[in-house]
Amino acid sequence: MRSVVGLLTIWLLWPLGVAAKEGEGVDYGSRWNMTTGVTELSREVHSLHMIIFAICVAIAVVVFGVMFWSLIRYRRSQNKKSAHFHESTAVEILWTAIPVVILVAMAVPATATLKKIYDASESEVDVLVTGYQWRWRYEYLNEGVSFFSNLSTPAEQIKNQQQKSDTYLLEVDEPLVVPVGTKVRFLLTSNDVIHSWWVPELAVKKDAVPGFINESWTRIEEPGTYRGQCAELCGRNHAFMPVEVKAVSQDEFQQFLAQKRAQAEAEKASESKQWSKDELMAKGEQVYATYCSACHQPQGQGLPPAFPALAGNANMIEASGLQGHIERVLYGKSGTAMPGFAETLSAADIAAVVTYERNAWGNDAGDVVQPETINTMLGGEK
Amino acid sequence: MQMQTEHAHEPPRGWMRWLLTTNHKEIGSLYLLFSLAMLFVGGIMALIIRAELFQPGLQLIQPEFFNQMTTMHGLIMVFGAVMPAFVGLANWMIPLQIGAPDMALPRLNNFSFWLLPIAFGLLLSTLWMEGGGPNFGWTFYAPLSTTYAPPSTSFFILSIHIAGISSILGAINIIATIFNMRTPGMRLMDMSLFVWTWLITAFLLVAVMPVLAGVVTMMLLDINFGTSFFNAAGGGDPVLFQHLFWFFGHPEVYIMILPAFGIVSLIVPTFARKRLFGYRSMVYATASIAILSFTVWAHHMFTVGLPLAAQLFFMYMTMLIAVPTGVKVFNWIATLFRGSISFEVPMLFALAFIVQFTIGGLSGVMLAIVPADYQYHDTYFVVAHFHYVLVPGALFAIIAGVYYWLPKWTGFYPSESLGKLHFWLSVIGVNLTFFPMHFSGLAGMPRRIPDYALQFADFNMVSSLGAFIFGLSQILLLIVIYRCVKGGKPAPAKPWEGAEGLEWTVPSPAPLHTFEQPPVFDPQRDSPSRA
Amino acid sequence: MSGSYYVPAASHWPIAAVVAIALMAVGAGNELAYGRGGMLLVFGLLGIMWVIFHWFADVVRESRAGLYDEQMDRSFRQGMGWFIFSEVMFFAAFFGTLFYVRAFALPWLDGEGAKGITALLWPDFTASWPLMSPPSSEVKGPTGTVDPWHLPLINTVLLISSSVTLTLAHHALKVDKRFTCLNWLGLTLVLGAVFLVVQGIEYVEAYQQLGLTLQAGIYGGTFFLLTGFHGIHVTLGAIILAVMWLRLMNGHFSGHQHFGFEAAAWYWHFVDVVWIGLFLFVYVF
Ligand code: HEA
Ligand code: HEA
Ligand code: HEC
Ligand code: CUA
Ligand SMILES: [Cu+2]
Repeated sequence: MRSVVGLLTIWLLWPLGVAAKEGEGVDYGSRWNMTTGVTELSREVHSLHMIIFAICVAIAVVVFGVMFWSLIRYRRSQNKKSAHFHESTAVEILWTAIPVVILVAMAVPATATLKKIYDASESEVDVLVTGYQWRWRYEYLNEGVSFFSNLSTPAEQIKNQQQKSDTYLLEVDEPLVVPVGTKVRFLLTSNDVIHSWWVPELAVKKDAVPGFINESWTRIEEPGTYRGQCAELCGRNHAFMPVEVKAVSQDEFQQFLAQKRAQAEAEKASESKQWSKDELMAKGEQVYATYCSACHQPQGQGLPPAFPALAGNANMIEASGLQGHIERVLYGKSGTAMPGFAETLSAADIAAVVTYERNAWGNDAGDVVQPETINTMLGGEK
Repeated sequence: MQMQTEHAHEPPRGWMRWLLTTNHKEIGSLYLLFSLAMLFVGGIMALIIRAELFQPGLQLIQPEFFNQMTTMHGLIMVFGAVMPAFVGLANWMIPLQIGAPDMALPRLNNFSFWLLPIAFGLLLSTLWMEGGGPNFGWTFYAPLSTTYAPPSTSFFILSIHIAGISSILGAINIIATIFNMRTPGMRLMDMSLFVWTWLITAFLLVAVMPVLAGVVTMMLLDINFGTSFFNAAGGGDPVLFQHLFWFFGHPEVYIMILPAFGIVSLIVPTFARKRLFGYRSMVYATASIAILSFTVWAHHMFTVGLPLAAQLFFMYMTMLIAVPTGVKVFNWIATLFRGSISFEVPMLFALAFIVQFTIGGLSGVMLAIVPADYQYHDTYFVVAHFHYVLVPGALFAIIAGVYYWLPKWTGFYPSESLGKLHFWLSVIGVNLTFFPMHFSGLAGMPRRIPDYALQFADFNMVSSLGAFIFGLSQILLLIVIYRCVKGGKPAPAKPWEGAEGLEWTVPSPAPLHTFEQPPVFDPQRDSPSRA
Repeated sequence: MSGSYYVPAASHWPIAAVVAIALMAVGAGNELAYGRGGMLLVFGLLGIMWVIFHWFADVVRESRAGLYDEQMDRSFRQGMGWFIFSEVMFFAAFFGTLFYVRAFALPWLDGEGAKGITALLWPDFTASWPLMSPPSSEVKGPTGTVDPWHLPLINTVLLISSSVTLTLAHHALKVDKRFTCLNWLGLTLVLGAVFLVVQGIEYVEAYQQLGLTLQAGIYGGTFFLLTGFHGIHVTLGAIILAVMWLRLMNGHFSGHQHFGFEAAAWYWHFVDVVWIGLFLFVYVF
C-alpha cells in the first residue's frame, strides 16, 4: 500500500516539476484558452466564445448550486421524511421557457458573426490552397506563383534524439506569405483525402475536400508569423502537416512574389543544364530529408515491413534498374503508402533524389541522373 | 432437432446452455459480460493512446498504429461497450419491469447477441491483417476510408453490417416486448422511465442503423466495384458520406444516453425516497430529444463548407436540444429537493452522472455555436465534450445501474466500501483525464494526432496520468462484481428502501423464470404517474 | 394455458445461423480484400439458407402444433412491421443519395449555387441528369439511358398488378377459398418472376449497349444501387411467396390463421412501393 502511495505521489509530482520548467513552444496567446487572434473576426469569435462560456458557467453554478444545496440540506440524517410533491406544470413551463430565452440570446450574436464570416466577396488576393498527403500547396491566383509547404522539423526531434525547438511541429520550409491589411481569400481543395486548413489566430478553419472548393477569408492586421495545423485526420502524417502564415507589408509581399517568380525561372533554366554529381547529391540529400525520410528513414534504413529500406536495397539498385527506380518515384505504387512525386517535385528534384538514393548510405550504383532525363520520361508534361 | 411440445423446459447443460439460451436473464448477462470485456479492450487501447501522448515526440508507437488505436478505441467503446451494456440491461430489466416472462422473440434475442462476438472478433482481427486495421477514425470519412484505405476495410464494413443487424434485431425485439408483453393493466404511461427511454432508443435504432448499413454498403461499392458515390471525379461527393454518416451518427449518440437517463431516473427517486418529479414531462422530453436528434446531424460538419442557411438551421436545432435535456436535469434536481437522501454507491454514480453529464452538455452547446466551433472543431475540446457525456455520462450510468441491480441479479449486495473506493477513484481519475482536455483543445491541440507541439505538453501529461488512474480503478469494478456473484450480504427482494417497480416483487436473486403468470398491476397504486 | 404466456424453447438454429454468417463474412472479407476465400463465402451462404429453412420449419411446426397464442402472433406481426420499417430506412439512405447528388453535388460541380466556385476545378463540366459525362474524363459516362417508357413501364405494370393479385389471393384466403388463393398467389409469383427477367434484360442492355455500368459515374452508381437492392428484395420476396404457395398447398393456413402469408404480403407490398419510388425518381424524372 505504501509503495502504491509513493508511486502515485511521484507520478503526480513529476509532471508538475516538468510543467514548471517547460516553458517552450509557441502558444497562440494563451495556453489554456482560445486565442484572441489577430483579425477583427478572430476577436469577435473569441468574445462570442467568452460570452457563451460565461453563460454556461453561470448555468452550471446555479444548477449545481441548487443541486448540492439540496444534497446537503436534505440528506437523510437531516431530513428523515421526504416531501410528497411530484409534479407541477407551471414549473415545467418555466424551466422550458427560461433556457429558450438564454439560447436566443446566444443565437443572436452567433448569427451576426457567422454572416460576416460568410462574406468572402471583394477580396484583393486569392490563394488556392490544396491539401496533399502530407503537405500544403499554395497558388496565388493570377500571379503565376505556386509552391509546396512542408514540415521542416527534423526527424531526430520527433524521435527524441535531439532537443525540440520552440516551433516543434509548427514550422515549414516555405510559409504562405500574405500582405497585412488586405482581404485575402482562400480557395481550399485537396488532391487526395480531406484535410482541414486551420490557423487559430485567424479563426479560419475550413476543410479541403477533394473535387470541391471551399471559400474562406481573412484580413490580418499585424505583421507576424501565425501557425496552425491540419485539423482533419488525413492518414499517417496528419500530425505532421502544419500551416505557417507570414503576414508582411504590401511592399514586402510584392518583393516576395517577384522573388518567387525569379526562383521559378531559375529552376526551369537549371533543368536543361548538366548537373555535377556533387550538386545532385547535395540537392538530393535535401529533397530526401523533406519528402522521403518520414517513411524510408533518414539513413535509408526504412521501417520494414511497412516501409522498405532503401540502403542496400538490391531490388531498387539492380532488379528494377535506374528506369524502374525513377518510375517508382514518379508514379509511386498504388495500394501501398508510396506516393507518386511527378506532380509534387520538379524534374531537378527527382533527378537529385534518385541520384542520392543510388549513391548514399553505402549504395554505390554510381549512376547519375540528369533533370533532362526525367523531363524526357515525363514526355514534356512539365 | 426434436420438437418441443412443452413450454416449461429444462435448459441444456454446460456451455451449450449459453450458446442456446433464449432466457432473457441469461442473454442479459451475456451482453453485460461481453460489454465488460470490450470496455477493457477499448480501455487498454485508450491507455496506449494516452501513453503515447504522455509527452511530445514519438516514443512508443508509430503514427499508423496510433491511428488504428484511435479508430478501434472509438468503435469498440461505442458499438462494443456502451451499446451492448444498455442492451444487456434492457434484456435483464425490461421484462422484469413490465411483468413479462421473457422477451417477445427469445430466439431472435439469442441470435442478436451471438452476432456481436462475431462482429467484434472480425473487427479486432483486422489489426493483424496485411496493411493493418482500420485507421481512419471511428467516423471513417471517405475517401480516407475508401480509395486510401487499407485492404482490411472490407472486413471492417462486414463487421459493421453484422453489428448493425444485431442492433436492429435487438431493437425490434425490445419494441415488440414493450408493446406486447406488458402485464394486463399496465398502460404506456405506467411504465418505468427505463422502459420508456429504451422504447424511444429502440425507435432510434431501427431508424438509423439501416442508414449506417446503407452508407457502408456504398463504401464497399466504391472500394471494390468502382462506383463513385464519394468521388467528385464521377459526380459524387465526399461530403455526402458525412451527411449519411451523421444522419446515423447523431441519433447514435442519443442512443448511448437516453437509456442512461432512464437508469438515473430510477436511481435518484429511490435514494431520495421521493417520487420522480415530472414523470410525464420526462417522457415528453425524451421523445422531443429523439425527434430533434434527426434534425441536427450537420453540427458535426460545420467546417466542411455548408451553405450559410444550412449552418444556421443546424445551429438553431442543435441549441434547441438543450431545452428538453434541461427539463430532465431540472426534474432530477426537483426530485432531490426536499427528499430524504442517502448516498449508496448507485446513488453516488447517478449524482456524478448528473453533474458531469451537464458539464458535457454545456460544452455541447458551446460546440453548437458555429463561429466558435470553427475554433473548437476537431480539437481536444470536442474530445473533452464527448468523453464527459460518454464516460462520466453513459458509462457512469451503466455502472450505477449495475450497482443498483446487482442485488437483484446475484442475491447479494455489492461491497459498499469497495464500491465507494471505486467511485471516488473513478471520479478523480475521469476528471483528471478529461478536464484538462478542454484547455489543450482551446489552446489549439488537434485531435487524432500521435505527436503534438510543446505548448500542449503539461495538460497532456495530466490527462495521461488521470487515464491510468481511471483505467486501473476499473479493476475494482471487476473485483466488486466477482465478489458479489460469489457471496456477500444477502439481499431481500427489495434491497433498496425507496425503490419502486415490479422488479422488486420477485425474489433476489431473480429465479430463471419469472412472471410465468402475469403479475397484478394496479395503476392507482403502482404507476409512476399515479396521482 | 390461458392466463399464462408462451415462451418458445431453446433452439440450435440461431447459433447455427451465427456460425454460417461468420463463415460468410470471413469468406467475403477475404475475397474482397485479398482475392481469396470464395469457397468459404459459398459455404457460408449455403449454410445460411440451410439454417433459415430449418429455423422456419421449426416455427411452422410449432405454430401448426397450436403452441403459439395470440400474443406470440402479435409479437411476430410487430417484429415484421418494424423490420419492414428498417428496410424503408435502408432505401431512404439510397434515395437520399440520389436527391443529394442531383440537388447539390452536380450543380456545385457545374458552378451553380453556394459552392459554385468549385467549377474552377472542372472547367469543362456541365451538370445534367442523367449524367452522361462525369466531371473527370477518367470516368467514362454512359452512352445512353434507359427509356422509362419501355421495360421499366412494363415492370411497373407487372409489379402493380402483382400487388393486386396478391391482395386478391389474400381475400380468397380469408374466406377459406384455398384453391382460388393458390391461383392468385401463383399468378403473383409469375408476375414477380417475369419482373426479374425483364430487369435482367434491362441490365444486360445497360451493360452491353448503353455503357451504363457501375463504373459509369454517379448515374450508373445510383441506378444500380437502387434498382439492384430493389431487385434483391424482389428475389427474396418471391422466394418467400413461393414458400407460402407450398405451405398453402400443404394446408398450413386457414381463414383466420395465416400470419406467415400476411407477413409475406406486407413485404411484397413494401417492395412494390419502393419500385414506384424508383420508377419515378430513377427512371422518369
Ligand atoms: C452520449 C453522447 C453525446 C451527447 C448526449 C451529446 C450531447 C450534445 N452534443 Fe455532442 N458529441 C458526441 C456525443 C454526445 N453529444 C460525440 C461522440 C461527438 C464527437 C463525434 C466525433 O466527431 O468523433 C460529439 C460532438 C458534438 C458536436 C460537434 C463538434 C465538432 O466536431 O466540432 C457538437 C456541435 O454542436 C455537439 C453538440 C452537442 C449538444 C448541443 C448536445 C446536447 O444534447 C447537450 C444538452 C445538454 C445540456 C445543455 C446540459 C443540461 C441542460 C441544462 C442544464 C439546461 C440549460 C442549458 C442551456 C440553456 C444552455 N456534440
Ligand atoms: C463510450 C465511449 C468511450 C469511452 C468509455 C472512452 C473512454 C476513454 N477514452 Fe475515448 N474515445 C471515444 C469514446 C470513448 N472513450 C470516441 C468515440 C473517440 C473518438 C475516436 C476517433 O477519433 O475516431 C475517443 C477518442 C479518445 C481520445 C482521442 C484520441 C485521438 O484523438 O487521437 C483519447 C485520448 O486521450 C481517449 C481517451 C479515453 C480514455 C483515457 C478513456 C478511459 O475512460 C478508458 C478507461 C480505461 C479502462 C476502462 C480500461 C481498463 C483497463 C484496465 C484496468 C487494464 C489495466 C491494464 C494496464 C494498465 C496495462 N479517447
Ligand atoms: C508515405 C510513405 C512514403 C514516402 C513519403 C516515400 N515512400 Fe518510397 N516507398 C514507400 C513504400 C510503402 C514503399 C514500398 C512499395 C512496395 O511495396 O513496393 C516504397 C518504395 C520505394 C522505392 C522502391 C523500393 C524497392 O524496393 O524497389 C523507392 C525507390 C522509393 N520508395 C523511393 C522514394 C523516394 C525517392 C521518396 C521521396 C521523394 C519516397 N520513396 C517517399 C513509402 C514511402
Ligand atoms: Cu492533412 Cu490532416
Ligand atoms: Cu451530434
